[in-house]
Amino acid sequence: MEATTYIKRTHDGRITIKSGNKVERVMSGTLTVLTALTIMAFIFFDYTGLDLGEAFPATVYNLKTMFLEPTLSHFSWGEAFYQVGITLGLAFLATILGAVIAFFLALMAATNLSKEWVSKTIRIVVAFIRAVPTVLWVLIFAIAAGLGSEAAVLGMLFHSIAYLVKAFSESFEEVDQGILEALRATGANWWHIVTHAVLPSTFTYLLSWTFLRFEINFAVAVAMGAAAGAGGIGFELFMASGFYFDLREVGFITYMILVLAIVLEIMSTRLKNRYFPDSSAN
Amino acid sequence: MNEKVMRNQRKKQTIIFSVIIIVLTYLSANITGFNILHGIATLPEAIVWIFSNLYITQESLEKLPTILEKLIETILMSIAATTTATVVSIFLGLMGSKTTGTNGVMGVFARFIASVSRNIPVVAWALILLLSFGQNSVTGYLALFVGSVGFLTRAFIESIDEASLSAVEALRATGATYFQIVYKAVIPQCLPQMISWILFMIETNIRNATLVGILTGTGIGFSFDLYYKTLNYNAVALVTFSIVIAVIMIELISNHIRKVIL
Amino acid sequence: MSLLTVEELGKTYNSGTKVLKNVSFKVEAGEFVSIIGPSGAGKSTLLRCINRMVEIDEGKVHFDHFDVGNLNKKDLRLLRTNIGMIFQHYNLVPRLSVIENVLHGRLGYKTTLQGVLGKFTELEKERAFFLLKKLGIEEHAYKRCDQLSGGQQQRVGIARSLIQEPKIILCDEPIASLDPNASKVIMDHLKSITLELNITCIVNLHQVEIARSYSDRIIGLKKGEVVFDGPSHRLTTDNIDIIYGTENRETRELITV
Repeated sequence: MEATTYIKRTHDGRITIKSGNKVERVMSGTLTVLTALTIMAFIFFDYTGLDLGEAFPATVYNLKTMFLEPTLSHFSWGEAFYQVGITLGLAFLATILGAVIAFFLALMAATNLSKEWVSKTIRIVVAFIRAVPTVLWVLIFAIAAGLGSEAAVLGMLFHSIAYLVKAFSESFEEVDQGILEALRATGANWWHIVTHAVLPSTFTYLLSWTFLRFEINFAVAVAMGAAAGAGGIGFELFMASGFYFDLREVGFITYMILVLAIVLEIMSTRLKNRYFPDSSAN
Repeated sequence: MNEKVMRNQRKKQTIIFSVIIIVLTYLSANITGFNILHGIATLPEAIVWIFSNLYITQESLEKLPTILEKLIETILMSIAATTTATVVSIFLGLMGSKTTGTNGVMGVFARFIASVSRNIPVVAWALILLLSFGQNSVTGYLALFVGSVGFLTRAFIESIDEASLSAVEALRATGATYFQIVYKAVIPQCLPQMISWILFMIETNIRNATLVGILTGTGIGFSFDLYYKTLNYNAVALVTFSIVIAVIMIELISNHIRKVIL
Repeated sequence: MSLLTVEELGKTYNSGTKVLKNVSFKVEAGEFVSIIGPSGAGKSTLLRCINRMVEIDEGKVHFDHFDVGNLNKKDLRLLRTNIGMIFQHYNLVPRLSVIENVLHGRLGYKTTLQGVLGKFTELEKERAFFLLKKLGIEEHAYKRCDQLSGGQQQRVGIARSLIQEPKIILCDEPIASLDPNASKVIMDHLKSITLELNITCIVNLHQVEIARSYSDRIIGLKKGEVVFDGPSHRLTTDNIDIIYGTENRETRELITV
């Protein structure tokens, strides 16, 4: 056989060095498409009333005022903590109720514990719920159920359930098939299997996922306060920036949110490192 | 004997854990004025309301072109925010990773930037930027951009840390420079993981863009807000469905890409 | 002047353990030298001091006209282009094609930008294919490296070091992860590199028998000190006992077989 048969050349006679397999093509295709869409986005942006030369220095000035001179002017420290408490409370309720409901739904969605059609149906419903942004759920419930904490919690609950069902059912599916088989062989019924095999071996995972969701829900609760009138510190942030234009107060509130979010993040990272030493949970 | 002690201890832990949860739930319900029974009671009512009001009519379909235009604007904004954030995050990620970081101070700086931009919620960024940028696409874009930088930097640091060091060592031994090593040994190893994170970020950003749009008066969020406030629920339904379809389609495409590259 | 001179080399890691103590030897061009010794004797560290992948604490290493311990960034790059290196775990970029991995050996000769953009000349690519053919893996040139067997991956590693046009090749346990057949192929290739191309090879090994049958000269290392240095045929069982601290027959057989 001739020596050069294995060398691939481009049409101008240069030797190619890329393997040119599907993975590479898909990756470079994805990146090309995304770049093209980005350029399109910048062309089609609505630049109404925007003066970049003014906006950037103004932002820098605002950020400086916010973060270097934070103060409270429209309410007291006690009030601030109370509002943070409301936000945390909303997040906690949505998380804990979501976890309980998601637990049962996840049992039905896990392929090793449930019938195929049940699992498929739940997955489709969950995908649909996830696709609707949380703020829309909250706003929809605000008219459907009346404004108030119920609407906020219910709206946030929907997303929490969708997220946790996915996470929980994946944890359940990782339970050793052998254990389940052994228990079935002894004549244990479905509930025995759940309480004696599935729950003990996945409990720590469920806990970490739930906490992770609590961390997310805190940010969501802030957002719902600001955009859907759900109250709490998010609403105060919205008022401070949108009505009073009080940059110093915005700065103070942002600091409060930031500190809490970092504390929650550190706690959930600790939990994650303890219980998922080798997987990157997202 | 020992087993009995352990079982008792576990029982005790379970009880303490349950009590804490119950107390926290009670406190949360108290402070937020949330009534579980009332919440459950309103749920059927709410669902009935949703089904009897949120449906698409012929009349609302006439608004479809406007809605689609806003939707595309929102999707493009999310993609632009993600891709530009990716460029910044790659540098911060390289600085912050133990594998490729050259300078401890720069590493701490990168992680600090990432942590602050990630932990200040996107809403807060939107409100802050709104003050100086006004109501236009750029405000929403920047809010999403800042949040994406925070999230992607953390994800990229993890991906780069996971990349094997052996090829880095080999390239160092051939006399390759720092950027050659990064580009030829580190990036090829992490690229699939990074693309997966980018796709995830785009999905998240489209959902967040709706929220940001409500505040900054742009994109699909603005359409929703407009119809919502004018009580045009059929149009609200149409907006919601178009978002759902867009999000699901993008998720399907990303999942397909992930299946091939990972 | 010898190609490589190591003088009273010493190395201490942060933990305070001294891994190399007063190591001195010379290697001439075209020699095939094996370094043997138990794990933890400092073999890998010694090799990595030669191309300064680890910093030198005490003593001097001279390679060609370089004073390895005192080089600026630019000269260090130049030094490394002259020294090939082969690793136990091959150290290839798994997702890239074989030919791309081979061409990585040319990066030391390029500016950062040329390297990042992957600007390799046609001559370099021809040379890469020539080397792959020599090593018998030309047909796999466009495959991803992680689809190759261990022995094939190690041959890619050899091609990567040869395309550097080095004066010396450092091999860190090149066959420790390979089966006997693949090991023989790799060792034969290394031997022929020295014989045909007159490139010096320094090979870390833990199989004494292989060291004896392939190399001109053996250096025995124990706890960071040279305890044997001489032609392969002069290595006696007594020497092996000293190097490995073995006293009874069974353990010695375990090592030598």
